[in-house]
Amino acid sequence: MTPKEKQQLELAACKVRMGIIEGTHGAKAGHPGGSLSAADVFTYLYFKELNIDPKDPKWEGRDRFVLSKGHTAPGLYGALANRGFFPVEDLPTLRHIDSYLQGHPNMHTVPGVDMSTGSLGQGISVAAGMALAAKHQGRTCRVYTLLGDGEIAEGEVWEALMFAHHYQLDNLCVILDNNGLQIDGSNKEVMDSSPIPEKFRAFGLEVVEIDGHDFDAMETAFAHAREVKGTPTAIILHTIKGKGVSYMEGQVGWHGKAPNDEEYQIAMAELRARLAELEAM
Amino acid sequence: MAEVKKVATRASYGAALVELGQLHDDLIVFDADLSNATKTDTFRKAFPQRHFNCGIAEANMMAAAAGASTMGLVPFVSSFAMFAAGRAFEQVRNSIGYPHLNVKIGATHGGLSVGEDGASHQCCEDFALMRSIPGMVILSPADDVEARAAVKAAYAYKGPVYLRFGRFAVPVFHDETNFTFAIGKGEVLQDGSDVAIIANGLLVNEAIEAGRALKEAGVSARVINLCTIKPLDEELVLKAARECGRVITCEEHSVVGGLGEAVCSLLSERCPTPVRRIGVNDEFGHSGPAAAILKQFGLSAEHIAEVARDFCGK
Repeated sequence: MTPKEKQQLELAACKVRMGIIEGTHGAKAGHPGGSLSAADVFTYLYFKELNIDPKDPKWEGRDRFVLSKGHTAPGLYGALANRGFFPVEDLPTLRHIDSYLQGHPNMHTVPGVDMSTGSLGQGISVAAGMALAAKHQGRTCRVYTLLGDGEIAEGEVWEALMFAHHYQLDNLCVILDNNGLQIDGSNKEVMDSSPIPEKFRAFGLEVVEIDGHDFDAMETAFAHAREVKGTPTAIILHTIKGKGVSYMEGQVGWHGKAPNDEEYQIAMAELRARLAELEAM
Repeated sequence: MAEVKKVATRASYGAALVELGQLHDDLIVFDADLSNATKTDTFRKAFPQRHFNCGIAEANMMAAAAGASTMGLVPFVSSFAMFAAGRAFEQVRNSIGYPHLNVKIGATHGGLSVGEDGASHQCCEDFALMRSIPGMVILSPADDVEARAAVKAAYAYKGPVYLRFGRFAVPVFHDETNFTFAIGKGEVLQDGSDVAIIANGLLVNEAIEAGRALKEAGVSARVINLCTIKPLDEELVLKAARECGRVITCEEHSVVGGLGEAVCSLLSERCPTPVRRIGVNDEFGHSGPAAAILKQFGLSAEHIAEVARDFCGK
């Protein structure tokens, strides 16, 4: 990745984060913490990895993305809007009664959303079904899904992993946002899912662990996933919940709470400063 | 009297899948380690490349089928009714129903006629569960001819469909040569004016027998087959209620949430009419031979006729 390309991704990620703050502040609800921890991977997927066309969101040959951790819709919407699927100005209408930006992704109302999700554990199964279908149809597209680390307590996730390995779905990439926190506390306190990489490996997956805020590491990991044959690849992202907004970082309380007006101003000032810093580079 | 041909509608399901599979490359089948029982093994033998065993993991199977349907395939997903509608309810609701995807749920072993396996496998709640999902079409065919037609109609329809089939072999009373099937359309099998007997699934044959017996007893019963529980054939039900003044519903399902309640909901708002519901009276089943269990729970021609005579005061 060239420094210029990396800078562009950093800029886009900053705008995606601003979109998350705009959305959750506008909604007075929503999930900023897990949206921010995944903001960099949303950016990488929509600005580099996925073969998609914002002008033709339903293009048959596109890669598919299923947001299994559907509550982080603000992050997905931030990426989609900044990538040109719909106006960035619409982000503050998130969750409003007359808005197409539903609280959790809706494939029929939000351009660029490939599957309606929100109930945890189901998105990965849907993605596996897409990957199975794509192989059956001889399509070359790839399917990506993003899971939360709290989400993997759902038994269906492990059913899906077994299925994906059984059918050798090497066109499926399972991404895990391992920020360590969930609603009621840390993973360790609520339901200790460790050791995650070992569990994924035991289910037959190729596993890569990277810093989930490092675009160079993502480039290597996603390139590797495309090369792996015979089984899906899991990319475990070590991330910081609330990443990019100082007072939200590592704070479990920001899982499902919107910033108030004052907090909104602080967050936006921080992100604007970061944007200016990146633009000056 | 010639021997009546009997076929379990699960076998009709398997046979219809093969017929459809020959015509349509986009049809695929998912099963959860029950293909010998659901009869999707018939399809697997014909089209091994289009049959996907998902193992004993119904939740994943339903959502995976949803994913496959977004790629343009038409998945028929099979398990026992208990697990298709029950275990995987929330996957059906959120990943199939909410996005209104083109997935067909072929649920076999519905109702008490599962027999010997007993209450854990006797699903008498599936209509209630599926009726509660907006946009879900629910079909409960009565015999082999109707079951095969229902599978074909489900394929032709764009959207989610729940089909319920039985384990127990039941008489084939439809004549295939002049049979037509349409989703949402009921069928009058015997005309009458004293009481309307509205049934689906294997209770239709019992209702026909009851109708004949009632005729001999001087009760004019209109026997209606309502294969489609949702969307309900409202016109046919309202006409029957207006013209007969009494309605009996018969289903191999709980009296809670099924055909009986669907009919009552309609009639209470549009044409208040006395109704008696024959079904499983809010209780669990138990083990035993299917025929004996059905009889014990009052899901029989004799019981239907008895209720009708009492209802009509004859």
